[in-house]
Formats: sequence, C-alpha cells, structure tokens
Amino acid sequence: MSDKAIVEKLKAKFASEVLDVVEFRGETTITVNKGQIVDICTFMRDSLGYNLLCDLCGVDYMGQSPRFMVVYNLYNITTKQRIRIKAPVAEENANIDTVSTVWSTANWHERECWDLMGINFNNHPDMRRILMPADWEGHPLRKDYPVQGPDREPYQGRLS
Amino acid sequence: MAANTTETMTINMGPQHPSTHGVLQLILELDGEIVQKATPHIGFLHRGVEKLSEHRTYHQIIPLTDRLDYLAPMSNNLGYVLAVEKLLGITDDIPERAERVRVIMAELTRLKSHLVWLACHALDIGAMTVFLYCFREREHITDIYEKVSGARMTSNYFRVGGLSEDLPEGLDSEIRAFAESMPAHIDEYEGLLTGNRIWQKRTIGVGEISAEDAIDIGITGPALRASGVDWDLRRDNPYSGYEDYDFEVPVRTNCDTFDRYKLRLDEMRQSSRIILQALDKLKPGPILADCPKVVLPPKQDVVNNIESLIHHFKIITEGFKPEAGEIYQGVEAPKGELGYYLVSDGSTHPFRMKIRPPSFVNLQALPQMVEGKLLADVIAVIGTLDIVLGEIDR
Repeated sequence: MSDKAIVEKLKAKFASEVLDVVEFRGETTITVNKGQIVDICTFMRDSLGYNLLCDLCGVDYMGQSPRFMVVYNLYNITTKQRIRIKAPVAEENANIDTVSTVWSTANWHERECWDLMGINFNNHPDMRRILMPADWEGHPLRKDYPVQGPDREPYQGRLS
Repeated sequence: MAANTTETMTINMGPQHPSTHGVLQLILELDGEIVQKATPHIGFLHRGVEKLSEHRTYHQIIPLTDRLDYLAPMSNNLGYVLAVEKLLGITDDIPERAERVRVIMAELTRLKSHLVWLACHALDIGAMTVFLYCFREREHITDIYEKVSGARMTSNYFRVGGLSEDLPEGLDSEIRAFAESMPAHIDEYEGLLTGNRIWQKRTIGVGEISAEDAIDIGITGPALRASGVDWDLRRDNPYSGYEDYDFEVPVRTNCDTFDRYKLRLDEMRQSSRIILQALDKLKPGPILADCPKVVLPPKQDVVNNIESLIHHFKIITEGFKPEAGEIYQGVEAPKGELGYYLVSDGSTHPFRMKIRPPSFVNLQALPQMVEGKLLADVIAVIGTLDIVLGEIDR
C-alpha cells in the first residue's frame, strides 16, 4: 500500500484530526491533533500494520505556536515501510497522552522526551528522568536552555 | 540465629562493574538467587550530543557520531552522512567507489563490533580463551582502521558526499586476505564454545523473548532476528548500494542467548562475504560527489585551484544550508537499527537531530528478560543484548 493510500485510510477514519500531510524526499509526515493520539496510534498499529515504533522524540519550535511537536517514527516490519506522525503540543499545556499502552517501547522514549524536552506524557507508568540526574532542574534540549549549561558564561573560543 | 525470612534483598550492580559493559547501573531486587525486579539506571555517560549538534555545522557533527557506539564508529558515521545526503537530496550523486568503500568499512565495523561482543560475552560467562582470540582479529581490523583514517577507534572517515580520503595503496589486498581468513577464525571460536557443555548450560533457554514481545519493546538487529523476525535494513530498505550484494540474512527461532550467539556468528560469515564481493566490484574512480556547494574539495585542489579554495573556505567557515524539511534515515548497525532523524530549518546547523540508538531500546527489554530468572543470567543477558553505553547515554 502506498503512503498516499495509508494517508487516505487515516483520513477516512480520523477526518477531523489530520491537520497536514507533507511529503519530502519520499517520506510522508502526517500532522495530527494530540487529542486522539492513542486512538490514532492504535489504528496505525492494528489496521495499517505499523507494528514497530522506531523512535519518538520532541522538537522545540520556540517562538512558534504551538511550541512543541512530538514526533513518532513508525515502521511496518511486514511491508518494510516507514511513516511519520507528528502532534503539536502547546507550551502552556505541555502534555500529551502516552502511547506506551500501544507500544511498550514508548516507555523510555517518552521518559527521555520529558527529561530533555519537558513534555509530559499523561498516564505514563513510570515518569522519571532517564538521562539527567534525578535532581536536575530544567530540560536541556529546549531552545532556551544554554548549550554551555546553566549559570555559565558562553564559550568565547580560544584566547590564543 | 536468624530465622527463615521472606525478605527480599536489594543489590546494586554497577555502574563500576566489568560485566555491565560500561557505566550501567542495575538495581536488582533478589529473593535468594532469583531476580524479582530489575531497574536499569542510565545516563552516566550523557554528553549531550543532540544538543551540541544544534550548535555545529553539518560537517562538524561527524566526529561526535564516532563517540556514540565507540565499538562501531564507522556505522555511526555511515548513518549520519546518509541522513545528511538524504536531507540534501544528493543520495544518487554519491560515486560508486565511495559507496563500495563505505560498505567494506561498514562490514569490517560489524566484524569489529561482533568480535568485541563475543569476547566480552564469553569472558563474562567464564570462557576466557575466546577473549584473546577475538581481540587478535579485532586488532587486525583496528590496524586497517588506522591505515584508512589515521585513527584506531574514532575514525571520522566518511564525509557528506563521499570519503575523506581514498583507500591507501595496497590496502585492498590486505582487507581481502583478512576477510578470507575470517571464516576459519569463526570456526575456531565455534570450536571453543558451541559444543562446550558449560557454554550451552549458560546460554540455552536463557533470556528468552518472543517475537511479539521483542517487536513491542522495540528490539532490532540480531536480537530480533534470533526471535524469528526476518528483517534486515540492508536487504529490505537498501542504502549505499547494498542491493548489489548477494548475502543471506540469518534468522533463528529459539529466542534465547544461544541462538543470538549463533546468529551473530553467521552474520560475521556473511559480512566477510560482502567484503569480498565489494572488493571484487571495487573500481578506480572518484570518491567524492560532484556537488561543490556541499562537498569538501580534495586537499590537493584547495592549494592549486582558486575555485576549490573558495568552496573549502565557505564550507568550513559557514557550512552549507539544506532545504527546510525533515528526514529519517535508518541503517543496520551491528547492534540493530541506528536511526538519525534530522530537522532542517534551512540554516547551516541542524534544527534538531534525534539519534535512535539501538542499544538504548534493546536495553529496555532487560527487565522482562531477567525477572523471575537467576542472578547469574543477568550477566548473560547483558552480554547477549550487546549494549554500548556511549550510544545509550549519547
């Protein structure tokens, strides 16, 4: 089944949820509302065969509204196809439902996304920091987090 | 005298422990020798590679990727440069020779990584001799690395658009001799392990995971194929000209540590086959794509040709600007699917780079593979998952 057919099937089922479909370098990206993300992911897995969640991550579009985008890279092991789903998440209400009920692998990916990007996942079974220490403050991958770390002067290059 | 109790004991394993293959910490809750609960703690090696990438030009990120899975640096380089080439839309412009050399080096890297896996896995379980044999061959690959790139581990060899340099004179025959000798060496390791009763007792039926569970938890690579899932990115979503080679994808169905061991050995045999085929097909030719705006010109041209000097200066000081967009590129790294998700906003730096490290996802399966099993099996399962903390923590 081509990506176009898959998008059509998704649109037929969740007409009001699909916001945008973009094709770039042969890859299809579907942007959907975050409200029914669990239903959409379950549909992708059960009806369209995307049985592997390759990757899940957040992207910070600081200055835009909504500020964040949660990205799901899906793979269908039977047909060897990829597709990407994205859901916008607003800054003031930075949360989205967990998909760890759909794919268990989302557990650590979502912990990482919260740890580094500060997006909360509702109903997550084990929401703790994963890469940063438990008492760390802030979320390092946010665009307003300085690359040299908090309370340090930016690196100015070598003096000599 | 202490009375019989039903209290469980909590044991801390790592982060300073030789069997955890790096700075992995496991909190184990034990009832006698049975593991009730295992909780991995990671992040001790976190260096912020993804954050750093957002502040570097595309070429400056290649050395960072060496340090992800430091046992398989060229696989990381390969995934990254393929991702950038896809983002730029120059995938079809890569010269044939560069693709062949990339395949040769990527397969040598697979051998290198699997040799370390076998050496350490066997050592953890108590078979020390194998360690010495494996490191003998690994040393040979490290020498080849040094001749090709100047570095024994952090190779930094591939470039966007091709390679940093061509193979040195005469190295192809050395690689060929090595690849031809490898199957006999693998037989040697098998002679030490496969029929060994202790090895069998420690690996058969240990760390079982079914295909459904493995897909659900996201396991990829050899660990997934040993659970009966016939999927290899080199064959199913070919990149870098892998469709030109004739190789088999080994699949096994017992889902245990022993099958994962046999499967990786079979993969090593296939890797030698691919290397030999690639050497046969290797023809003289350019090693860099003809895209002067993004590909660094050869050093010789920079000192002799004003155009090249200008391009070199522009690319080094400013970088190149891919079109705004987003792509995902996965490669079959020795440990599983290594993916790079790149988002470009049209500037000289990636807007976001997410690395999908195979070890990170595979490690997540550890608790369900060891809970209810013996403590000694934890060591075998860590070994069989073949994790590297450099790419888990990034």
